[in-house]
Formats: sequence, structure tokens, C-alpha cells
Amino acid sequence: MHPGVLAPKGRNPAAAGQSEPLAIRLLLVTVVLCFLAVFLVVPLVSVFSQALAKGWEAYLASLYEPDTRIAIRLTLLTAAISVPLNLLFGIAAAWAIAKFDFPGKSLLVTLIDLPFSVSPVISGLIYVLLFGLQGWLGPWLSAHGIKIIFAVPGIVLATIFVTFPFVARELIPLMEAQGKEEEEAALVLGASGFTTFRRVTLPNIKWGLLYGVILSNARAMGEFGAVSVVSGHIRGATNTIPLQVEILYNDYNYAAAFAVASLLAFLAVVTLVAKSFVEWRIRENSSCG
Amino acid sequence: MARDKRIIFLALTMLILGMLASTGAFAGAELLNVSYDPTRELYQEFNAAFATYWKKKTGESMAVKQSHGGSGKQARAVIDGLEADVVTLALAYDIDVIADRARLLPENWQQRLPHNSSPYTSTIVFLVRKGNPKHIRDWNDLVRPGVSVITPNPKTSGGARWNFLAAWGYALKQNGGSDARAREFVTRLYRNVPVLDSGARGATNTFVQRGLGDVLLAWENEAFLAVNELGRDKFDIVVPSTSILAEPPVSVVDRVVDKKGSRRVAEAYLKYLYSPQGQEIAAKNYYRPRDKKIAARYAKVFPKVHLFTVDQLFGGWRKAQQRFFNDGGIFDQIYSPSR
Amino acid sequence: MPLLGGNAMKHSRRQNVIPGFGLSLGYTIFYLSLIVLIPLSSVVVKSASFSWGTYWSTVTAPREMASYRLTFGVALLAATINCVFGVLTAWVLARYRLPGKRIVDALVDLPFALPTAVAGITLATVYSGNGWIGRWLEPHGIKVAYTPLGILVAMTFIGLPFVVRTVQPVLADLEGELEEAAACLGANRWQIFSRVVFPQILPAILTGFALAFARAVGEYGSIIFIAGNMPMVSEVTPLLIITKLEQYDYPGATAIATVMLSVSFFVLLAINLLQKRSRRFAS
Repeated sequence: MHPGVLAPKGRNPAAAGQSEPLAIRLLLVTVVLCFLAVFLVVPLVSVFSQALAKGWEAYLASLYEPDTRIAIRLTLLTAAISVPLNLLFGIAAAWAIAKFDFPGKSLLVTLIDLPFSVSPVISGLIYVLLFGLQGWLGPWLSAHGIKIIFAVPGIVLATIFVTFPFVARELIPLMEAQGKEEEEAALVLGASGFTTFRRVTLPNIKWGLLYGVILSNARAMGEFGAVSVVSGHIRGATNTIPLQVEILYNDYNYAAAFAVASLLAFLAVVTLVAKSFVEWRIRENSSCG
Repeated sequence: MARDKRIIFLALTMLILGMLASTGAFAGAELLNVSYDPTRELYQEFNAAFATYWKKKTGESMAVKQSHGGSGKQARAVIDGLEADVVTLALAYDIDVIADRARLLPENWQQRLPHNSSPYTSTIVFLVRKGNPKHIRDWNDLVRPGVSVITPNPKTSGGARWNFLAAWGYALKQNGGSDARAREFVTRLYRNVPVLDSGARGATNTFVQRGLGDVLLAWENEAFLAVNELGRDKFDIVVPSTSILAEPPVSVVDRVVDKKGSRRVAEAYLKYLYSPQGQEIAAKNYYRPRDKKIAARYAKVFPKVHLFTVDQLFGGWRKAQQRFFNDGGIFDQIYSPSR
Repeated sequence: MPLLGGNAMKHSRRQNVIPGFGLSLGYTIFYLSLIVLIPLSSVVVKSASFSWGTYWSTVTAPREMASYRLTFGVALLAATINCVFGVLTAWVLARYRLPGKRIVDALVDLPFALPTAVAGITLATVYSGNGWIGRWLEPHGIKVAYTPLGILVAMTFIGLPFVVRTVQPVLADLEGELEEAAACLGANRWQIFSRVVFPQILPAILTGFALAFARAVGEYGSIIFIAGNMPMVSEVTPLLIITKLEQYDYPGATAIATVMLSVSFFVLLAINLLQKRSRRFAS
């Protein structure tokens, strides 16, 4: 979420000559960098150093191992289903909440936030209570041969649950801040509702949208606790990447475990770099035009 | 507006299709063996051997899928609908619970196969740092001040329950042993425990990777595996004078095999565990075989220990679980603040 | 003028020309019920198999109380730490030119993307007595891994992105005029920050704080590896739920779950109401 993009008026107070004395600036930067180093950089470096402890060949071999490949495929499938669904929901929810006033709005926003703060232990448990053999729907599902938990649908559901609020959470403040004058103008000029959304709203929110998608995606791929409860841990079938990491680690296969883990860390870094690049391109374009 | 509706409709269809499409994607003519953590290596080898045997005997090809995890967690997954054809868990109580709670198999399941349905056994031994710097020889060395003991949490780990009962049984069998003495002994032992990991493998990792603790209470097979995989030059195995006979049981899950029509192969699979080939594989993976001939051949690997069983000392797993590990049981009392 | 503006706003709201209210709200509520409300209600229903007395004694047992104190206390502390350093980080990222700023910016999201189990294993590796950081702390008598301090580290780690990510865009969006005006009127930097900037970013800080807190309270995967999990000392509430499940005590587990659920719900609700008020106040 780079300032240059979110603040289209392009005002940089540092450049405007108002800033702290150099000493304080240096101090602040040092403190921040130290904090991030201790909490982020050291753990990250540790992941990669352990992943490469046995060399590049072992690293690549452990990523090519059949069970790991299946885990990667399952994780991608899960993200591919859950992210678009939550994207659609996020847009609908933000539209309703930001553009309209109705009683109970705070309650609705809170309920949308709720999955975020529900312990992964609970978010897995609820689907077991619902779809488990001893649960509400379990006996019926079992009689009809439908598998939800301990199979892919359960993993997808749990993932949708844990990534539920992210897109909506990104969009609501953004759309609230932008108000609705532009949309109203378009509508008065005769555009249809959908055209207004596509031509007016969407360009305004696309960066928030992208950021929400990136967050959802990262979380969808990295979720461990909830998925662990509903997965059943069947090797080569219902293990996602994070579960595969745990399995490898518990098999005393430390280098391979961290190699697979580094894949997720790497994925996160790549998406974030890509995002920065896109933002930079947009700013270049706007400054030329 | 019409287009809006179409999009919503599309989204719903996607949601439903996504669920249905992925349903049963992995349903095949294979067995699912739901097991506990330390048996990974054992069943990896055994499954391959059985598939070959089965192909030769019947001409059918088959494959076994594995699921591993904490024994109690695995039992709960089966209760909640994980369709295991066979369960091979750490303790009989976990299979008892499947019978009691979900009625997926008959209550007398343990009488269906020889040796209490445990084709192989194990015991609890000590893993210490190379050269045994703290001179740990037997259970009573574990309660000395300054000795740090690593064992997982018995409330979440099956292996840890064997550890707990082994320590209790040792104290009970000493001269003048009584429940009160045993309780005092075990309380002192847990005073020396700095970390309670949630599972047996987690505890091993704490001991091996983090370098925490002087001694790890472990399954015999886990101790051998740790020494072999993680360095002969780093650890020694110490076998105590007395320990518990751990009997990890196996069973077919009747409701599942009848539904899937896999009873024949599932029963053959478990029987094969008792065959000389199966026993050999168990022994190679450091499980004590039941077969006398195979046991004799591996006598050098497995030192003689005085072993007692849960049935002898504690009247079976249901009672032991109730008395020691349920909420408010003796393990909780050890940690309750009033003491 | 503000008064008039307010009236005009209200008027326009009454006859909103923007379409799709029924559709978007309907879909929102439908999807919310399907994915969140119905599944969560199963927890409440299950715990309702207890009588009120049993429920109360289950959720207030000494071990549970100790775990609440630990979980909520440490989460509060972690969220506070994240507020201080989060605002600092957001400030540096939004205001200063820094070589490699993009990398730092990207790094902030790492705790979010790293699976919690990996985070836990890694933090335990780094902060245990033989780890990269732990070996420098242990000689000074500071033990991080396998103590409540380890829980603090894990909770700080996973909550780190939230304050930064909520404060950073607001900080970047702030109008420079106000600060310029304050500077012209002779305010020093600290006064400008505390009187002009801080009130404007306060709602964002509060949101970030609540998110970091709520996330930390529910965290399980990473804490389990670094906490030590000693009863009464370093046992977090989610672990107690697992322990109850392990004994097939579903009503007990769901009873504790309802406590956690209501705490998260009320924290989030309070923050949302507070934000709404501060926004009204600001306009």
C-alpha cells in the first residue's frame, strides 16, 4: 500500500521541507530496522539457511518429491477457489456498507471481522461439529457418500472461513473515504448500475482490491491450524503445503521441511515485489500523462 | 440489474460446483491406515511389502494411504468421519473410544486378533546425551535435582501416557511401593520437566534440535530412530531396570470396511502384520516382534527389561485414563496450585 | 456551513440514487450466514448442552482462569508493543526516503504469509538457548523460548503487520497543509506530531491494535512450539480447547470456545463503534 498510489495528490511532506532533525530521523530509522531485524529478518534468514543446509540439489529435490507436489497442487486449488469467492463477497459487502446507511451496520462489520479473530482451533472445530459423523449433517452426508471434512471441500471451507474478512476489510474504509459523489454523477448522466461500478468504482478501488487479494491469497496458502483440524492428514491426498511442512519436520527431515516452508516465504516476497512493481508503473504512467 | 444477478448466480454455482467437484476426487480402491506418529517408517516399508504380497496372492493391485498424527487426535478424526479401513494407534483406549462413541467397531475388538490385537510391542527407554554426562541409569535418577527431563504432555499425547504410567509403575514396584509413594515420585519427576510438548515427535525435536534437557523419555523405537537418523555420535540409549510393556493395538474399522467393501483386504493386511515377513519388518523398525523365532534373531537389539502391563498394574486403559489423565485426574492434581 | 453540509448529507442519504443495495446486502448476509454464522452457531449450540451452573464452573476453573490471564494479558502486551513499533515503522515507511525501503515494506507482511507452524518452529529455533538470538540472551538470564516471554515474541511476530498496514496509508494520505500551518504558527515537530498528526491517525492505530490483539488471542500454531505449555504457567486458552477435545469433552471445549468468541466479538465491536464515533467527530 504505497503512499504514492493512495495519495493521488502526490504530496510528500518530507520533500516540502518539514521533517525531523537528522539525528532523530536516524534514530527512528535505526530503531525500526532493529525491531524488524529481530522479529522478521532473523527468522526469515533462518528459514532459508536451514532450507539450504544440505545444498541446492537437496533443496530442489525436496520440492520435487511427489507428496510435496501434491501438497502444492492442493494448496493452489484451495486458494483458486477461496480467493475469488471472498473477492466477490468483499465487493458486495463493501458496496452495501460504504454506499448505504442502515441500522446494525456496526454489528455487520463486526461479524465480518469475526473470522479473523476466531482461533484457528475453533474455526476447524466448527466444521467438524457441523459436518463430522457425530455432527448435525454428518450422518446424512455419510449416507449419501458426500465427503466434506477430511477431504478437499472441508479444506476449502476452512480456508474460506479464515480468509473471509480480508478483501471486505480493505475495501470498506477505502470506499467510505471516497464517498459516492462520483457514482452519483455517473448515474445521473445515465450510466447503468453495473457500468458505473465497472467504470467509476472499480478503477478507484483496484489497489485496495489487489492488496486484499494478496492478503487473502497469502493467508489461504499459509493457513495451518484450521486446515489441520479438517484435513485428516492423508499423505499424498489431503495435505496442504503448511501441513506438509509439519510432516517433514516431524519426520526429522528438517532441511526438506524448511525448503517447503521457504517456498511459502518466497511466494509471499514475490507477490509483494510484484505489487510494488505494478504500483511503480502506474505512478510512472500518471506522471508522464 | 439482470447482469448483477447473473454474477451472483455464477458465484453461487462456483461455490457449489467447487464443493461437488472436489468431492470424492480421491476415492479409490485403496486402504486408509490411520496411525500415530512414530509408525511412519514402519508402515512405509510394510505397505510396500503387503502390496507385493497381495498382488502375488490375488493378482489385484492395491495401495495403502497413510495418515499420521497424535494418537488421540487420529482417533477423534475417525470418530468424526475420517474413513479409516484400519486403525493402528498408540494405545487401546483410543480404539476403545472409537467403539464407545461412534460404534464403528464392536466393543470386543481387542479379542479378534492374537496378543490383544497388538502385533508388535515396544517399551519406554531413556535417550541421553552422548557419554551420559548426568549418569542416568534408572528411573530414580530422573527425580534428582538438576536433571532436566523431556516428555510430552500426557493430556495430548498417547506416548506421554505410557511414559507417565511407566514411571508410576516403577515406583509402585520398588520396596515399600504404594500409590502414595508413586504419586510423590511422579510429582518429583514432573518438577524436572521444563517443557510439555503436545506430541512425542515434538518432544524429540525439542530434545534433539533445541538441545533442551538431559534425558528424553521415548518409545524404544523412537529412541533407536533418533540415534540412527540424527547422529550416533550425539546420543546414547539407556534402558531402565523396569519399564512398561507398550502394546500398540490394531483393528479393522467394521463400519467403514463394510461400507467400502474392503473387509477382505483390510483383514488380510492386519494378519500380514503377524506373519514372519510382517514381524521381520516390525523388528527392523525397532518394534519388539511377537513371533518367538524373529524375536530370537533380534535378541541383541532389544535388551531384556522387566516389563509390566497396563492391565496388571492399572486394570486396563479405561480405568487408567479415568484415574490419571482425565480433567481433575492425578496428572492435573500434580500441577494444581494448591500443592 | 458544516451544519448545512450535514443536513444535505442526510437528505441525500434518504433518497440514495445508487442501486444494488438489496442485492449487495442480501448477498453479504447470505454468504456471511453460510460461511460464518451457521458454523459458529454450532459451537454455541454444543456448549448449550451444559446447564448454566456446569458451564460457569467449566469456564471459570482455576486452570482456565490462569490461561485467560496469560492469553489476554500477553496479547494485550504484544498489541501494545506492536502499536509503538508499528507507528514508528509506518512513519519511517511513509515519510522517509530509505535505500531498500521497498524490501522493508514487503517484509512487513511476512508474518502474515508464513504458515503459523513454520513461524513457531523458526522462532523456537532462533530464540532457544542454542539459537541465533537465544544464545546472546541466555547468558544474561533471559530465557525466551519455553517461557511466557516466548509467547510474547510469537504474538508480537504474528500481530506485527496490522498496525503498520492500518496506519501507513492514513499517514501517507494526510494533508500536508495542516502540518505546514502548524509549523508556520511556530509549533515544533513533537507538538505537530502529538497535536496534529496523532489525533488523525489514532483511529487507525486503534484498529490496528484491535486486529493485532484479536489475532494474538486466537493464535495456536506458532505458540505451541515456543510456549513450553506448562499448566498454569505457559498454557494458552486454545491449547486448553485442544486438551478438552483430546478427552472427547466436546461440550467443555465449546464452552471455552464461546468465551473466546465473545471476547473477540466484543473487542471488535467496541473498536468498530469507536471508529464510527471518531469519524463522525472528525467530520
